[in-house]
Amino acid sequence: MSQLLSQIASTKMMAHHRPWPRAAVNAEGWRFAADQLAAGRWVLVGLWGERHAVHMAVRDEAANESAVLSFAAADGRFPSVARLHPPALRLERTIQDLFGLIAEDAPDGRPWLDHGRWGMSAPLGTHGPANAARYPFLPVEGDSLTEIAVGPVHAGIIEPGFFRFTTNGEAVVRLEQRFGYTHKGLENLMAGATLARGIDLAGRACGDSTVAYSYAFARAAEEALEVNVPPRAVWLRALMAELERMANHFGDFGAICNDAGFALMLAQCSAVRERVLRTSDTAFGHRMMRDCLAVGGVARDLAAEGITAIHALLDETGRALPRLKELYDNTASLQDRTVSTGIVTAALAKQYAAGGYVGRASGRSFDARQAPSYAPYDRLRFEVPVRQAGDADARVWIRIEEIEQSRALIRQILDHLPAGDIRAELRLPGEAREGVALVEGFRGDVFAWLRVNADGTLARAHLRDPSWFQWPLLEAAIENNIVADFPLCNKSFNCAYSGTDL
Amino acid sequence: MRKAILDNLIRGIATEPPPVPDAAMRDELARALAERARRTLGRSLSIRAVDAGSCNGCELEIHALSNPFYDLERFGFSFVASPRHADVLLVTGPVTKNMREALERTYNAMPDPKWVIAVGDCAKDGGCFKGSYACCAGVSSVVPVDLHLPGCPPNPTALLKGLLALLEAGAKRG
Ligand code: SF4
Repeated sequence: MSQLLSQIASTKMMAHHRPWPRAAVNAEGWRFAADQLAAGRWVLVGLWGERHAVHMAVRDEAANESAVLSFAAADGRFPSVARLHPPALRLERTIQDLFGLIAEDAPDGRPWLDHGRWGMSAPLGTHGPANAARYPFLPVEGDSLTEIAVGPVHAGIIEPGFFRFTTNGEAVVRLEQRFGYTHKGLENLMAGATLARGIDLAGRACGDSTVAYSYAFARAAEEALEVNVPPRAVWLRALMAELERMANHFGDFGAICNDAGFALMLAQCSAVRERVLRTSDTAFGHRMMRDCLAVGGVARDLAAEGITAIHALLDETGRALPRLKELYDNTASLQDRTVSTGIVTAALAKQYAAGGYVGRASGRSFDARQAPSYAPYDRLRFEVPVRQAGDADARVWIRIEEIEQSRALIRQILDHLPAGDIRAELRLPGEAREGVALVEGFRGDVFAWLRVNADGTLARAHLRDPSWFQWPLLEAAIENNIVADFPLCNKSFNCAYSGTDL
Repeated sequence: MRKAILDNLIRGIATEPPPVPDAAMRDELARALAERARRTLGRSLSIRAVDAGSCNGCELEIHALSNPFYDLERFGFSFVASPRHADVLLVTGPVTKNMREALERTYNAMPDPKWVIAVGDCAKDGGCFKGSYACCAGVSSVVPVDLHLPGCPPNPTALLKGLLALLEAGAKRG
């Protein structure tokens, strides 16, 4: 038994769950896990529900061990994890909305995704009557406070969400987010679907991370079915993932500077981003590489002209990046806006196990490519940049440094790309099987968990976006900053709406 | 120094790109679009984009219309922040039930004449999200749609073509 699970008094190991172990625990074991999370000994990777159970994925980072714990919510209730460990809060509210399972003694019982507009409650559970549409925001009291409501439709071309600012003069004293506007019922659509439809849907969970999501879904399904993915496909996936990371980081770099009043950088970076998209199109037949992965491998092979195009892109980005860096570094008016704006403390990044550039700009070095790691990254050389300042500037620099790493990774992949098949045949499992995967997207670690039925269809699939553990930090980071810095601060996080609303 | 940096950058991109087969078509489209907009509306065209529950893929390509390769604004087209300033509403997503009211209110806030373009496969009838408890059956189930642009997501050239087609229809109608 794993070290991690052996600490829990009473566990029952569940069969056919790969590659991490899954164990059923009682209320005491569930609370013990919440204690470990609260004490910072374990990290919360995911918390999700199904009809009569809740599951929690945890990691012991020091031991590089992960496990899934399950609690049978027999009477429709489970002990709240958020009561001890706040990062679980929105996930618990989501479980309550989708399955009707109640987190006992939870610090906040308000709905999260359910706006009272689905014509029913608990759509993945007991199907109750619709909830009320009224949503009580947190009360604010005090002299000379002003409330500013923004959304769900925003001025720019961005995803919908609602932000309620309480300000004292120019300074933000509190930000309260409300999301769920893009909730499409994705996980419900996945239940009962074929794996082919499942990966299509996973690739449409979050548009900018279509590779990362289909990658996570595919790996979880392959773990469940114990598929040997052909080496060429393993390497091509990483190539796609690094192209996606580069495209998004360039886009963000420009957009953040634009929100700091420096439109020039947006023009430059969006041109480079466009080059990455066109290269991806040449290489894999789609600008965003949508539907290019498949369970068992990849759906598109890389042709010779694709390799030439990617080499040209590496040369071009190699020329552009030092100049863009210099431009960023030497523009005082820009630095003036980004340095010391929107600070996330290292303690908060650690508590929330924030991934991606949000975590790494605040001293948290976690990168799923490095640990728990997965092929082919276990055979590639790369560094995980980490900074300590925790401000918007640090989040810009992490992106720049990650672009450099991605370029180096792409070069290694092209140098060592194996020949051969690109897709393995899938066999029917013949029994229910479960798989789990963690994939490093540009925004952070994307978590996928699924159960495949004996006939090869999906019983249940769950996807957890890295933004679940980043959005709350934006609420903290904006405190005491001026309202006018919110767009800049927000863009430096660039959290996902659709990815978390699903 | 800054000028030198930018000169270098721009030259770097302009002189050594791999062949771009659709460049001519793209420019032709953009010019045709601008001319149509002027003839139909007597001025430039203002576009308001609303994400009605998209996966964000369509937004990324709408954004790309503003990059230097397409530079939509150069031809007098602009994205505006308020629906009250808009001629065209670009709607993405299947229209989630949680976004339905916001979309209706945005549409109602636009002055006449107005056009609605549903962008992307899922905006047509829900696409891959069709039948979900959380989604309406596409944009036309909520507001009247003049044109639907297929694709998941449609690329920037397809988006430009769509704007042109809408204007042609608008010119005939007007
Ligand atoms: S059409 Fe495709 S890319 Fe566009 S929002 Fe729908 S799923 Fe996303």
